[in-house]
Amino acid sequence: MEYTASEMMTIAAARALKDDDVCFVGIGLPSAACNLARLTHAPNLTLIYESGTIGARPDVLPLSIGDGELCETALTTVSVPEMFRYWLQGGRISVGFLGGAQIDRFGNINSTVIGDYRQPKVRLPGAGGATEIATHCGQIFVIMRHSLRAFVEKVDFMTSLGHGSGGDDRQRRGVTTAGPTLVVTDLCIMRPDPETKELTVVSLHEGVEPEQVQEQTGWPLRFAENLERTPPPTELELTALRDLQARTAKAHAATE
Amino acid sequence: MVAFLSLRDAVAECVRDGDTVAMEGFTHLIPFAAGHEVIRQGRRDLTLVRMTPDLMYDQMIGMGCARKLIFSWGGNPGVGSLHRLRDAVERGWPHPLELEEHSHAAMANAYAAGAAGMPCAIFRGYLGTDLPEYNPNIRFIECPFTGERLAAIPSIRPDVAIIHAQRADRQGNVLIEGIVGVQKEAVLAAKRALVTVEEIVDDLQAPSPNSVILPHWTITAIAEVPGGARPSYAHGYYKRDNAFYTAWDGISRDRDTFLAWMREHVLEAEPGSPLGWRV
Repeated sequence: MEYTASEMMTIAAARALKDDDVCFVGIGLPSAACNLARLTHAPNLTLIYESGTIGARPDVLPLSIGDGELCETALTTVSVPEMFRYWLQGGRISVGFLGGAQIDRFGNINSTVIGDYRQPKVRLPGAGGATEIATHCGQIFVIMRHSLRAFVEKVDFMTSLGHGSGGDDRQRRGVTTAGPTLVVTDLCIMRPDPETKELTVVSLHEGVEPEQVQEQTGWPLRFAENLERTPPPTELELTALRDLQARTAKAHAATE
Repeated sequence: MVAFLSLRDAVAECVRDGDTVAMEGFTHLIPFAAGHEVIRQGRRDLTLVRMTPDLMYDQMIGMGCARKLIFSWGGNPGVGSLHRLRDAVERGWPHPLELEEHSHAAMANAYAAGAAGMPCAIFRGYLGTDLPEYNPNIRFIECPFTGERLAAIPSIRPDVAIIHAQRADRQGNVLIEGIVGVQKEAVLAAKRALVTVEEIVDDLQAPSPNSVILPHWTITAIAEVPGGARPSYAHGYYKRDNAFYTAWDGISRDRDTFLAWMREHVLEAEPGSPLGWRV
């Protein structure tokens, strides 16, 4: 089956989630990947949205982090202070799934401003839950479209800590969780180097050459010695994703 | 004693120029009708507090109600930017807006601290982020028992909290169901609390002994406003109008289009009019 780079990205990201994960889901690309995982290989995956819904099983992707669909299908819905205090800060969540506007070579994420904070070129939405998701979940998966604007040497603003300046900087800042262990884009899969923590390309999607990834990345990229090819989407994965997106588009276009 | 008032009188009674106002509802139960009435009454110099400013604060900022915004995520969920907020921050229109920016965890803790009567909230957070450099209200303390470095921010204790809920009984007890957000905390943290409700009923019909209920003696004023959360939603009553949230991107991009929409759908609309939100 033919597929787009965007579909490959969502499917590759979904594959990273395990059936017994408890996942804190960001809105947009992360939400699509997390729900695809639940609809394919990980039916028992627990999805948590910051609106307080635990164990949400939406039939269509929510447009916002608090659509009614999430609450109606959830195991339980708690207050927002409880969500951030007991569940996130309490260390109950194994994976945080984030997106952002910029990411740098050490996996730090910016979703606050492009340019200077006080005189921003672009004012982005801001941290939301991301700052504490990034430090309190067991590990962080990131999904972002590859571009020179997004993959920068150094983020304009550090909204969410990745590996800081690399090496053991994250630990030195008092953070005990693993941080970003996986970055999935529409071109490739990256993982931090075990020592330096610099993001390293470990797998190229089908038809993508290393130069293409370098062209869209703002620092001199490292590629793993045994660089892999991402297995293309299966028919089951593609069908599940397209059905989900078709249901979603129909639901969001409808007015009462 | 809680007063049952019209929306117009409830806003006039509870919201004053220069107030710190927290209008909460986490995507769900956003008190749009009350926000529109604040705009119609021309309130000025407000410090607006809200985790997710959403379209409602975009409208209030664009209409010049706000002097300062305390927030943690300022976007149109799933759609993109809040253009009126951005215009105020990037170009000072209709006038400059002071920002006090936090994370969700911080705001949620600050509301809970406010409800608990505490001067500040203490939590594990703001590790490694640049936010403390730009927000002097983010500080750090040492745990007196373990020595762990913890974040502290002032509690949120607004002059007035405004929320929308499913229903109130005739005594003024209020039931909230679904995504309950930080509304209970906002009401208990505030000096005055205004609640708009879908309906006023003889019996609340609380579904469980653990239902979220605000006793009447925690509330200043209640106004019955069916549809008062539209285009947000009310669990059990109506759905979120996702199509309107998407359409807002086009309406709000341009100052004149925005002002024309606000004139037609808010300034010239009846208080609490269920049509006030429509495209």
